[in-house]
Amino acid sequence: MDAFILNFSNFAILADAAEVAPACPTACEFALNILLKVVFSLVCVVVVMSFAGLSVVAERKVCAYIQGRYGPNRTAIPIVVAIPILGNFLKKNGLMQLVADGLKFLLKEDPLPAHVNKFWYMIAPVMALSPVLIAACVIPFGVYWTDGGVMAPLAVANFDVSLLFALAIGALGVYGAIMAGWSSNSKFPYMGGMRASAQVISYELAMGLSVLSVVLMVGTNANVDSPLSMFEIGKAQSGLWFCITQPVAALIFLIALFAETNRLPFDMAESETDLVSGFHTEYGSFKFGLFFVGEYGHMVVGSSLFITLFLGAWNPFPGFVWPESWGWISSALSLLTFLVKIAAMLFFFIWVRWTLPRFRYDQVMRIGWKAMVPLALLNFVAYLVFVSI
Amino acid sequence: METKEFTYPEPAGLAEGRIGEKMVINLGPSHPATHGVLRLKLELDGDLITRCDPMVGYLHRGQEKMAENLTYNQFIPFTDRLDYLAPMCNNIAYAQCVEKLAGIEITERCKAIRVICCELSRMASHLVGLAAYGMDSGSWTVFMYCYTQREKLCTLFEQLTGARMTSSYARIGGLANDLPEGWLGNVNEFANQFLPALDEIDSLITRNKIFMDRAVGIGVITPEQAMQWGLTGANLRGSGVATDLRKDVPYLGYDKYEFDVAIGMHGDCYDRWLVRIEEMRQSVRIVRQAIEKMPDGPVNVADKMISLPKKDNVLRNMEDLINNFVLITQGPDIPAGEAYFEADNPKGALGFYVMSNGGGVPYRVKVRSPSFVSLSALQEILPGHHMSDAAIILGSLDFVLGECDR
Repeated sequence: MDAFILNFSNFAILADAAEVAPACPTACEFALNILLKVVFSLVCVVVVMSFAGLSVVAERKVCAYIQGRYGPNRTAIPIVVAIPILGNFLKKNGLMQLVADGLKFLLKEDPLPAHVNKFWYMIAPVMALSPVLIAACVIPFGVYWTDGGVMAPLAVANFDVSLLFALAIGALGVYGAIMAGWSSNSKFPYMGGMRASAQVISYELAMGLSVLSVVLMVGTNANVDSPLSMFEIGKAQSGLWFCITQPVAALIFLIALFAETNRLPFDMAESETDLVSGFHTEYGSFKFGLFFVGEYGHMVVGSSLFITLFLGAWNPFPGFVWPESWGWISSALSLLTFLVKIAAMLFFFIWVRWTLPRFRYDQVMRIGWKAMVPLALLNFVAYLVFVSI
Repeated sequence: METKEFTYPEPAGLAEGRIGEKMVINLGPSHPATHGVLRLKLELDGDLITRCDPMVGYLHRGQEKMAENLTYNQFIPFTDRLDYLAPMCNNIAYAQCVEKLAGIEITERCKAIRVICCELSRMASHLVGLAAYGMDSGSWTVFMYCYTQREKLCTLFEQLTGARMTSSYARIGGLANDLPEGWLGNVNEFANQFLPALDEIDSLITRNKIFMDRAVGIGVITPEQAMQWGLTGANLRGSGVATDLRKDVPYLGYDKYEFDVAIGMHGDCYDRWLVRIEEMRQSVRIVRQAIEKMPDGPVNVADKMISLPKKDNVLRNMEDLINNFVLITQGPDIPAGEAYFEADNPKGALGFYVMSNGGGVPYRVKVRSPSFVSLSALQEILPGHHMSDAAIILGSLDFVLGECDR
């Protein structure tokens, strides 16, 4: 059970808590700590949400360029567009479209159909978005060095089982789809919710199994105490990244990630050609907006997970780490590296969506159970055998 | 129409004691997969379709009845609204039917221009068909690639007729106007850039594993079934029946052009996709030959009782003014009798039956719609497939509701 007791000594981010936790914090320190946490949580939420928002614009722009179109380039906010160069830049790149989209969700009438189960109908969009934001708090967006020269993560929370936490909380997002599908009391959302739950549960297995081999690798090779900590996994990739040493696991995780986030080759839950728009057919206005942002937030958090596990976390190249001697410049660069990697992953998500057709529902399940799970299991066992000899 | 209950070869899940409660779901009339106002009443067992009732008529405008109160030329704009994705083919098929009834022999130049128009319309229609098909399989990029090409075609139609979609180009005994200057060169330019673009679309999706998984072996129609149900056009050829009215009953001088008839082998959705892509390549071949052999001369027949006089003469010459007035108000005088003409349109064999009691207005017009036939086959094809297959089967049959409901 030791591994599951949260190591709160690592919990603080700026205080040198990794070394010396204050034995008996005064009330003032405690309050300051709480305040810091709140501020960092807000920063984290802003980072995730702004990435989600920007990926909406990126989706429209990238798909436009893939399809030989311009994408949104007309939306303009009267005063902002008058700023000499910046205004035109924002307009041409569709960044004001983001504001327009957000306002549209806020200002439209919020319909509440008569036939729905009101409580679950209202709570479903919240359930779709909040797990994403909660899971984001354990992601190490970068590193910094304490006064004693100890490396610590730029994360809201850092504890021994943060990977388990992120996977568990991230998977709760599917409750949003199930609740929305069931409470809408309508046939298309019902089928969408049903498909979403079956799909996410199937791919969760393969995902977990592919993560296990990484955890095993961190635990044996690097001899760390808490291989389930995302920070430790990131730290262990100072040399070769795990996508090089564990290519099969990385591939399985990536495919499962597409299924988890309901992105195109696997977007069964909202495949618009047969289910109109799946579990959120009956939603409109801001409730739909929450689902919408939740989907992109899910992509951001999922990409962060993939980056931390396989793509070298905050390290720029395999075999190269930002040196400690550069001080805060190094930690800023590590943060930047991570954000650039998220952007690259989001581009990859978008690229795949606008290139590939969609699977059929039973094909998705077949791939999940007959290919992904056995392959992940085989990979894990093979690695286990490799480690033990 | 009685629907046939589908029986499983081996009851899926029923053997393990599942009760198999059925759910009835309405796909349409307003649904992204039905490309129009088609309504499918599906009975689902889990995700499997056990029964399908196609319901049509949401776009019924009574065009056949309207034809009885319009002169022959006045009805041509209404034929635009049949298969609105290939309006020129409809105009020309109708004009051909009336000309057959009246025994009018159109000029060689008119024939060649009509062939070019028909083939360009075929490309335009197939491009929309493939675009919608790609969209149904989840590939939006195919949709946009196809539409980029179709827009170029529409620009050509605009140069020719002034309208991008509802062209109304054909007239009884000829065409609305001769080709504008340089138009054939534009068509040639289009054809030159179209083939590489088509290859690009082809390479984007045709050999894609996911697309093949979705389309191969889905919606299989055997040659016997296809003929029994009366399917025509690319849907029939996709099932491996080599019939093409352009080859079998050559009209418009199609026998003078070299082209191959593409047929499928298995009759599944994938074969219908391949057949459509190949038909577009053949269309380019025909268009190029027609441009090369384009004869000179008038486009309209010389008969004053059929084709309108020149506008210049109408404004200067009393006799031509009267002629113009009579033709516009009373219509060309078509002798009593009846005629049936079928043209190989992009959607299948579009047939017109025209009955005349003499005078400028038909007594009865009947349209044989290929889309209606394709749709009525749905109740046989869909049962036994998954709900998601419905979209791709609908896409592969390439129907248009404007023609089905008339």
